[in-house]
Amino acid sequence: MNRIIEKEFFSENVVRLEIEAPRIAKARRAGHFVIVKVGETGERIPLTIAAADPERGTITLVIQRVGVSSRRITELEVGDELTDLVGPLGEATHIENVGTVLACGGGVGVAPLLPIVEALKKAGNRVITILAARTKDLIILEEQMAKYSDEVIIMTDDGSHGKKGLITDGMKEVMEREQVDEAVVIGPAIMMKFAALTTKEYNVPTVASLNTIMVDGTGMCGACRITVGGKTKFVCVDGPEFDAHQVDFDEMLLRLNGYKEIEKGAEQEYLKSKDK
Amino acid sequence: MTVTKEFLKEEREQAWRVDIRKLLKNKERTGFTRVHMGEVDPMERIQSNIEVNTGLTEDEAVNEARRCLDCPDPTCISGCPVEINIPKFIKRIEQGEFLQAAQVLKETSALPAVCGRVCPQEKQCEAKCFYQVKMKKDPVAIGHLERFAADYERESGQISIPEVATANGIKVAVIGSGPAGLTFAGDMAKQGYDVTVFEALHEIGGVLKYGIPEFRLPNSIVDVEINSLKKMGVKFENNFIVGRTATIEDLKEEGFEGFFTGSGAGLPRFMNIPGENYIGILSSNEYLTRVNLMDAANPETDTPIISGKNVAVIGGGNTAMDSVRTAKRLGANRAMIIYRRSMEEMPARVEEIKHAEEEGIEFLTLTNPVEYFADETGRVNKVRVQKMELGEPDASGRRRPVAIEGSEYDIEVDTVVVSVGVSPNPLIPSSLPQLETTRWGTIVVDEEKLQTSIPEMFAGGDIVRGGATVILAMGDGRNAAAAMHKYLQDKLNA
Repeated sequence: MNRIIEKEFFSENVVRLEIEAPRIAKARRAGHFVIVKVGETGERIPLTIAAADPERGTITLVIQRVGVSSRRITELEVGDELTDLVGPLGEATHIENVGTVLACGGGVGVAPLLPIVEALKKAGNRVITILAARTKDLIILEEQMAKYSDEVIIMTDDGSHGKKGLITDGMKEVMEREQVDEAVVIGPAIMMKFAALTTKEYNVPTVASLNTIMVDGTGMCGACRITVGGKTKFVCVDGPEFDAHQVDFDEMLLRLNGYKEIEKGAEQEYLKSKDK
Repeated sequence: MTVTKEFLKEEREQAWRVDIRKLLKNKERTGFTRVHMGEVDPMERIQSNIEVNTGLTEDEAVNEARRCLDCPDPTCISGCPVEINIPKFIKRIEQGEFLQAAQVLKETSALPAVCGRVCPQEKQCEAKCFYQVKMKKDPVAIGHLERFAADYERESGQISIPEVATANGIKVAVIGSGPAGLTFAGDMAKQGYDVTVFEALHEIGGVLKYGIPEFRLPNSIVDVEINSLKKMGVKFENNFIVGRTATIEDLKEEGFEGFFTGSGAGLPRFMNIPGENYIGILSSNEYLTRVNLMDAANPETDTPIISGKNVAVIGGGNTAMDSVRTAKRLGANRAMIIYRRSMEEMPARVEEIKHAEEEGIEFLTLTNPVEYFADETGRVNKVRVQKMELGEPDASGRRRPVAIEGSEYDIEVDTVVVSVGVSPNPLIPSSLPQLETTRWGTIVVDEEKLQTSIPEMFAGGDIVRGGATVILAMGDGRNAAAAMHKYLQDKLNA
């Protein structure tokens, strides 16, 4: 069960895993996520499905090392099994032909953006994709994105690849240049906040896919709650995608830091135990 | 499956029962006083997760069993949602045949060690006891005796597995492994069905595992009951969300002919007051799941928990008591219940309130939170509460709490646990548009048969009731099993 059959490093801290999960591979749609737990004492964490191959019976996850739990996953090797894997969860992305869609992915958020770009293209949209990261090595899935995009724009903070600048610079350029009917943004919360502010200036309806703290992922705990349009919503069952112009990103950013101190301590402990 | 009066009468006339009854005169029996179950000292028990109630000794159990009059009309049974043959198991205890007493429990209950601990007996079997009803005396301690017999069997290592009928090859699926699902699974396995229980979480047991704390119901005890079901042939699939991982249609294609949904009332309610999404404010489901299911307070596990020093729990139900007592055990200096009505209206079991009071829990009754405040990092540091008074009775028959204008004041807190109820989990209904639900999201069933608008699907527990008890869920599981058995047999013979 849940055996890893392929492992690839996109960069030092970003790993792609292909995992045997035939039922999830068959049932999942773009936008769905899974909950993963490694080890009997592991934590349950949500990860958006980056790709699935129903024939092979596999799903693909892209994981960035940010704490103990993500480290545990990225340290697994081909042949190892995830202790627990459940899904697909969340509401699937609403895909229709709206015209021109601007797909914006930041950092590891590019991975869950891929199946959405694929589905949008297949639905007949003109898709312009912007991939952004700090530096060249952190840009992932560029080739795969190109396959389903009419245009791919790369933005790096240091200018080591593509254009120098923030994702919002690239977005502005496109929206100045042509009519955009919809935008999809996935990435770090702070990036999504500013991406949403940018599309608002141009009155472009925007969907953001959110990744918050979760425990069960099935609606039971409410750890993932956020405010959308003044109302409390659960990312796990009401999302993970929401109208980006209605999301209270400032509150979300605070909530994401709820366990930061504990997690930092835990990661240092973990790394120390590894050194021994 | 109703236990008939004739059947009970027949059982009561068996020679061993008659002999036991003759051992003492009723006057002697009624002369004994009710046993008091031992408890670990409050100051000691809040240092760990040790179970609060210590159980009865053999002598205590036999003496308490002597109080039972073995009434010709055992009204206690009518107070039990799963109709345990109460006088029969108690008389087995009086006889000293403790293993046989446990077998009697298992005739109708899949989880006797659980029920002996968490059932509100004072509102059920014990409320219908002859002592209570006719003599205005303390009822027989049926719950304590149930726990004694189940514990005795488990600790003896001679756990009996209920008889299972010859396999009939009919596959039935159970959605959710909480008390309703486990009871249903046990009853169907007894009838010879090929039963698979699907559970969304990584652990089997539902609310018994993620909800009820170790100090009230140790997980090891739940595991023993689950193992008994496995020995009866029940299969369990964890990490499997019916409606998502596979649809009902997929499962039908795989040969499942009957479905029982016991998916529980998963969604926590919040009060929608300002500041409720600050860090440190969490639902009782999240708080208890972190501590019970994920063992977050144990430094060996990866799941984090904030161990607050000033913890406020909002609500007055059993889950609120479980949360506030958990907070105390995690090291809170001040652990308080904030409840908008008075002690009299509090829905938690009397025993839980008593235990909480002994453990130093503060009760701020007739008090209601109206707003939360936080520091610059978004972490809650204050709750503003308002005093309440009781007005006219509302729809629930309890007096409605009315806010007293100008009575607001602030309390310093660093953790708030909101325990004001739950809504049904939408996962199953949302994946089955043809399934009829109420506007609250509960599944509509035929009251007796617990059959849903999809004929081969039955449902019970909180997904139907909205928020009830372990034993009512078990009663539903039992009634649904009887009804589904009949439905499937009728279909076979049609």
